[in-house]
Amino acid sequence: MSAPLLEVSGLDVDFALGRGWSRARRLLHALRGVDLEVPDGRSVGIVGESGCGKSTLARTILGLQAPTRGAIRWRGWTVDPADRSRMRSMRRELQVVFQDPFGSLDPRMTAGDSVAEALEALEGVTEAKARVHRVAAALDEVGLDAGFADRYPHELSGGQCQRVAIARATVVRPRLLICDEAVSALDVSVQAQIVNLLGDLLRRHGTALLFISHNLAVVRHLCDEVVVLYLGRVVERAPREALFAAARHPYTRALIAAVPQPDPRLARPALEHADTPDTRPDATTSTGCAFAPRCPLAIERCSTEVPPLESAGAGHAVACHRWRELAAGS
Amino acid sequence: MSERGRGLWGDASRRLRRNRAAVASLAVLGLLVIASLVAPALSRFALDEVDWSLATLASPPSFANGHWFGTDSNGRDLFVRVWAGTQVSLLVALLATAVSLVIGVAWGATAGYLGGRVDDWMMRFVDVLYALPYMFFVIILTVAFGRSLFLIFLAIGAVGWLTMARIVRGQALALRRQPFVDAAITLGLPARRIIARHIVPNVAGTVIVYATLTVPQVILFESFLSFLGLGVQEPLTSLGRLVAEGAAEMESAPWQLLAPSAVLATILLCLNFLGDGLRDALDPRQRP
Amino acid sequence: MSAAPLLTVRDLRVEFDTPEGAARAVSGVSLDVMPGECLAVVGESGSGKSQLFLACLGLTAGNGRVSGSARLLGQELVGLTERQLNACRGTQVAMVFQDPMNALTPHLRIGRQLTEGLTDRGLLDVSAARRRALEALIAVGLPDPESRLDQYPHELSGGQRQRVAIAMALVCGPSLLVADEPTTALDVTVQAQVLRVLRQSRERGLSIVMITHDLGVVAGLADRVAVMYAGRVVEMAPAQELFDAPAHPYTAALLASVPRIAGAQSDRLAAIDGQPPRPQDRLPGCRFAPRCLQARDVCRAVEPETMTTDARAVACHAPLRQGWPS
Repeated sequence: MSAPLLEVSGLDVDFALGRGWSRARRLLHALRGVDLEVPDGRSVGIVGESGCGKSTLARTILGLQAPTRGAIRWRGWTVDPADRSRMRSMRRELQVVFQDPFGSLDPRMTAGDSVAEALEALEGVTEAKARVHRVAAALDEVGLDAGFADRYPHELSGGQCQRVAIARATVVRPRLLICDEAVSALDVSVQAQIVNLLGDLLRRHGTALLFISHNLAVVRHLCDEVVVLYLGRVVERAPREALFAAARHPYTRALIAAVPQPDPRLARPALEHADTPDTRPDATTSTGCAFAPRCPLAIERCSTEVPPLESAGAGHAVACHRWRELAAGS
Repeated sequence: MSERGRGLWGDASRRLRRNRAAVASLAVLGLLVIASLVAPALSRFALDEVDWSLATLASPPSFANGHWFGTDSNGRDLFVRVWAGTQVSLLVALLATAVSLVIGVAWGATAGYLGGRVDDWMMRFVDVLYALPYMFFVIILTVAFGRSLFLIFLAIGAVGWLTMARIVRGQALALRRQPFVDAAITLGLPARRIIARHIVPNVAGTVIVYATLTVPQVILFESFLSFLGLGVQEPLTSLGRLVAEGAAEMESAPWQLLAPSAVLATILLCLNFLGDGLRDALDPRQRP
Repeated sequence: MSAAPLLTVRDLRVEFDTPEGAARAVSGVSLDVMPGECLAVVGESGSGKSQLFLACLGLTAGNGRVSGSARLLGQELVGLTERQLNACRGTQVAMVFQDPMNALTPHLRIGRQLTEGLTDRGLLDVSAARRRALEALIAVGLPDPESRLDQYPHELSGGQRQRVAIAMALVCGPSLLVADEPTTALDVTVQAQVLRVLRQSRERGLSIVMITHDLGVVAGLADRVAVMYAGRVVEMAPAQELFDAPAHPYTAALLASVPRIAGAQSDRLAAIDGQPPRPQDRLPGCRFAPRCLQARDVCRAVEPETMTTDARAVACHAPLRQGWPS
């Protein structure tokens, strides 16, 4: 059994609060003890709300953010930014699509130029004919005809820009594609198109996917496995069906219950029971379970002891002191 | 639907062309540049030739004796001197602006992109230089190295880059946060490539506008230096020197002030209109 | 119930001047909002859903032209001066916007922002206004309301700020609240609470227009739904009927393309091809025809009229049988 493509172990990322000469006393723990694996060819979804650290996670994996503690392993090799040639080969296999379709493309470069830059930087393709050919092929694969290569981002719609960004990320056939809220800024009908595009590309090339989103329904559609983050910690991890049918963590349940379903018969009663209080979470404390202040099941132990991630069945892990009672009660 | 893409420069030039003041200014400036190069050849007088045939050395403009702008107190033809002076002023302004542009953009883009401690140190350096008394610095340079044209635009450029650096650094900081810069990093591009390919072209708009508005400042500063007697040396002259000399003779020989100041004012006005027009044209948020 | 409508919009048009010609953001919309109901207006970008109500409240941008009629409690709103509009803004109709982070003035305390609308108009004195502000905060379910009155916006989270924004909108007692994507920028758990606040307000007699692109939000809150596409209302129906049996192909396609959190799944979503037309594009015929799977020749040539029954309306040459059995 070969090593998983991506392995994150014990990842801590802290940010110093406050600027200037007096570097901070206060730390923001964006990620705490995160463990994660993406096997070859699989799609893993990361869900959570604002402040959960999912974007920090993406940025750290991509090398845009330095980890404070913990390790990131790519195909068994511990990622070391100093090792230039291995970093280069990792970058060829690990690419990203960001949330903002217009901001992801350099406004002064045509779509073709943006895609070609990836070819040049990652595969060293500089010969003009090869360049044009590969760019046209990449754009075609994302549903844009060759004429789009000469267009600038401000002439394209959000969906088209995102397709260009996907073309740029996939032109070198990465092994793992990270999508950081890649469809969140798009209109509903365009979202569906892009979700389908991603699904098609992944299936066709056997690419693995790390899909970060706050939209549970999209994650359910695209991902085999789901990881739930809350304020920097993994609170639950499970295969798709297990998570959506029988979530074990109170936060996951609240999250799923809060998503309004497009059917008044289901949505209205759900609204009656919206009872997760909206307190301003203080992201700098670290005693006990981060969800305790908002959890309907919290007991004293929850505020003092951080619950460990325990196994709750095949591939299902949950970090809650009372998960067994919750599972039994439901 | 798929015509060849209109670049941002294409959009910008279309917007600029619709701004009548800017277009007119561009035309006038063009004419002035051509005039400054060609006009001296039209007159039969040389730059520092004293016309001893005049009744008084300082004589008013007349078509008859060929001194179309009159002469200065030393009997030299003002028409030739004004256009020669225009050449010098424009040259100094362009070169000084070019120097400040190159240094300022490189400095500011690097500081803004790298951020953190590097940015702190680089910009503190700029702050320190800003605090130095500028005139003092220029005077020391001219005393040490003599009053060469080269030195003048070096001195002006060496100070002009400070504000350019600040402006570019602000823009670079904002650009750094954009996802396309993150995307470039994930492609494994080294910092200098990212700065050159992604940061600098995107600050180009601001830089061009600011440079256009800097040129008038430089011309004025050179005029000021001339006024103090520190500007270009004889036999070269500049608009500033001419204005200075003319101002001294304002009561007795007003034409000596009139011609150079008219040209100077026109240049400054045109550059300001052009700069405003460029700023509006290069703003990507505006409709095409 | 046959009460008179609260807001009557007839043939409202909003146009903007662009270098490519007039951009029609809203092309002849007519609808009614009844007292005590929640009308959801659903659409994507470019549908005109926001521009429609911005025009009713006189908030259209400077280069826009509004024509048509919008009557609130019988009084015509289109064409009023700022002064005349201010008389009914806040007291009769109020608006809540999308971005909670910028909805409140950062340097004023919450209490002051709530009482401003009352004291400036001379409706109440300061202490009475403060009491009313406290009631408003309690009504939106903000925990610890007394201390909130003296806090600044930055001390509150996004969801709390949005609730304060709703309280501010309601403090002068309007009969109609227009909420433009009020929960789009919020986390889903917080969204549920804000929606509940809106629901409770509606139960107390407030009429709400909920502008959104989220069909789930519509399902939870709306009594009736108006679906907008490219500046027109393409369908109007009671909520349950819309979801069970849509009449317009766009509504049906939209419902089919949204991924679900429960229920059957397939490999691909039923996405709608293409993209909505821009307001400046001129198309003959139905504006949805290029993307419609049921499009016929007449659809591409002639723009459909709106057909109405007592409860439903649809603008289509060939509405779906399930929703429009005729």
